Amino acid sequence: MHKTLLRAGCALALATPWAAQADTASDIAALRKEIETLRSSYEERLQSLEQRLKAAEGATSPNWGAPSAATAATGQPATASPEAAPASNAANAASAATTAAAGNGFNPSISLILSGLYARTSQDPARYAITGFSLPPDAEIGPGNRGFSLAESELGFAASIDPWWRGAANISVHGDNTVSVEEAYVQTTALGNGLSAKAGRFFSNVGYLNPQHSHTWDFVDNPLAYQALLGTQYGDDGVQFTWLAPTDQFIELGVELGRGRSYPGGDNDRNGAGMAALTAHTGGDIGLSHSWRAGLSVLNAKASDQSVVGVDAAGAPVTSAFSGSTRVWVADAIWKWAPNGNATRTNFKLQAEYLHSTRSGDLVFDPAGANTAGAYRAVQSGWYVQGVYQFMPRWRVGLRTERLDAGTPDYGANAGRYALSDYAPNKTSLMLDFSASEFSRIRLQIARDRASVGVTDNQLFLQYQMSLGAHGAHSY
Amino acid sequence: MTSFFTTITLGRWPALVLAATALALGSPAHAALRVFACEPEWGALAQELGGDLVDVSVATSALQDPHQIQAKPSLIARARNADLVVCTGAELEIGWLPVLLQQSGNAKVQAGQAANFAAADYVRKLDVPTQLDRAQGDVHAAGNPHIQTDPRNIALVATALGARLQQVDPAHAADYAKRQADFAQRWQQAIARWSGQAAPLKGVSVVSQHKAFVYLYDWLGLKEVAVLEPKPGVEPTASHLQSVLAALKGTPARMVLYSAYQDARPSEWLSKNAGIPAVKVPFTVGGTDAAKDLFSLFDDTVTRLVAAAGSRP
Repeated sequence: MHKTLLRAGCALALATPWAAQADTASDIAALRKEIETLRSSYEERLQSLEQRLKAAEGATSPNWGAPSAATAATGQPATASPEAAPASNAANAASAATTAAAGNGFNPSISLILSGLYARTSQDPARYAITGFSLPPDAEIGPGNRGFSLAESELGFAASIDPWWRGAANISVHGDNTVSVEEAYVQTTALGNGLSAKAGRFFSNVGYLNPQHSHTWDFVDNPLAYQALLGTQYGDDGVQFTWLAPTDQFIELGVELGRGRSYPGGDNDRNGAGMAALTAHTGGDIGLSHSWRAGLSVLNAKASDQSVVGVDAAGAPVTSAFSGSTRVWVADAIWKWAPNGNATRTNFKLQAEYLHSTRSGDLVFDPAGANTAGAYRAVQSGWYVQGVYQFMPRWRVGLRTERLDAGTPDYGANAGRYALSDYAPNKTSLMLDFSASEFSRIRLQIARDRASVGVTDNQLFLQYQMSLGAHGAHSY
Repeated sequence: MTSFFTTITLGRWPALVLAATALALGSPAHAALRVFACEPEWGALAQELGGDLVDVSVATSALQDPHQIQAKPSLIARARNADLVVCTGAELEIGWLPVLLQQSGNAKVQAGQAANFAAADYVRKLDVPTQLDRAQGDVHAAGNPHIQTDPRNIALVATALGARLQQVDPAHAADYAKRQADFAQRWQQAIARWSGQAAPLKGVSVVSQHKAFVYLYDWLGLKEVAVLEPKPGVEPTASHLQSVLAALKGTPARMVLYSAYQDARPSEWLSKNAGIPAVKVPFTVGGTDAAKDLFSLFDDTVTRLVAAAGSRP
């Protein structure tokens, strides 16, 4: 109402030169009256602003949500504090002004993970192999570089895009100066009914460890089963849909379709999906102190002419080309304990996963040499169990034990060309870490790695992982 | 591709999908407004203002550190079904609430929506840092988030929450308005009573274990002369405790305060060495046996503080 009066006043004031030309007594009287109105309206406005300021100093500073709340509150007969409502309006105006001034306020939140490693191994990491598992030549297995090295530096960006979408990206800068896009996806925020859709590049939601970024791992490296059966961590380009059941019990179902960008997929050049996955997770609490989650997932990935390195009958490395599909089942379970649910002082976390892979199709033995094709079917599996105990604030110890079963692959027409082994690769790791705050962690890990038959690799790692910038919220 | 995909779907999954659907359909439809409260004080307030119109579920207990909660499956499931989320805000829940809401698939409770209520938006915040640097410990950009220790803040939040309840559940707006007016009246009387009881506390010097009581001190006129945590969120160290003890020789304090969810040992150590009582403050509903609801929370807080102040020789 004041605004209307003011506008009218201003319009009149602007019109004054022309109006003055009329130069009649009645016009002058009318103008005087308008100016009076203008003056009194300004005074009223000033007074009301002063009152609001006073109230704001004594009471509140709400956010954007205040207007509706405040309006409703003033409509009520008795409010707890009468000054609350006007104060909200004044503060609201003030905060709106600040937001408008800061254009950078819309920038995505940025976080940076810095991580470095010192590794000492009794075997040469360049010769690292997992007996019985044919993997791509660039597979990320084993302890990596010896000595000092910079681990992944991970840049994370995240923000709402509009009322319906949010976006996030994780750019990883590797120690060898290469850059990779770990994740870059958009996700719906407004579907409701427990539904959510994601598109872009993301870590698959199979299992427990797979979707987690390396800086949240409890050990320096991922378990052997992940290294041998899921290419260390399965990420893909595609779409993901999840649905959370409307029950008190946590039940989440998910479907993923992708190109099959990484092992066991073969980065397929095809119109259809090269990867499809189904995930199901459930979980809950047992009393105040215990919580758990368990899941079963299956991932199916296709590959054609996928280059893998195996061992021939003479014991020498040989390259083969695999065409076919791989189905990986992942069963995961995690149980967490904290006295009364307060994990600040002490807590314990037990997790286990079992991976079961069936690879079937054709295998070409030594495409550059013998070049003989044969049917191929391999059933392989692996598991790990780990426990991490925070025995006092900031200090944790962890133990992980794991084993793989290479199975007895059926090489069809190529039978006899490959080495067969009944060796079960295994590894045991022990770690101790210290977190000065929730943003920094220093870890010592020793491991006895028996991934290769007849070889024991004693490993020692010293690692730091630090988080800068935006405070990340971690999933369970 | 379709056949490739359906082999999995039709092969082994229909049983599980059916079971989940059956569970979903089997759960009774709640008539009451489902309120998901991050902390017990807001759960209690929602109960006061909503009565039997609301079905309140509290995410944390008084024995848990609200800064450090995990996005547990049970909490995600409850956030998914919530009609209104009532939390402190001011970044108190930044380590877990965003991921909870993200995974909930519940559009109406996302930040910025009417069904997402942050109590700290309605009070004047203290300890707002002028400089943001993690070298200062776990500082909150928006100011100290532990607003519930001042009953005058509860009154402000109650007004706003009452209005919000009317907004998200307009069918019962008149009932909420009535309940809120009734609560406001009882609360103002209670504040007057507590303020009277706590009069002897004015100007009394105290030590805090965590900077969790600025609003309580602001209300009662207590003076914080030292903090046992060297930086907010950093566990007290032996050397810092020694320096606090030394500083108390110059500026003596009458008591040391710690919250129910915290480790009592640093406060007890100071209590023993400085010869002042250590006071366990319930901090929120359920923090002590006596703090059963919002009213008894402040009854107990004031009683404990007055007793400690009077116990001095």
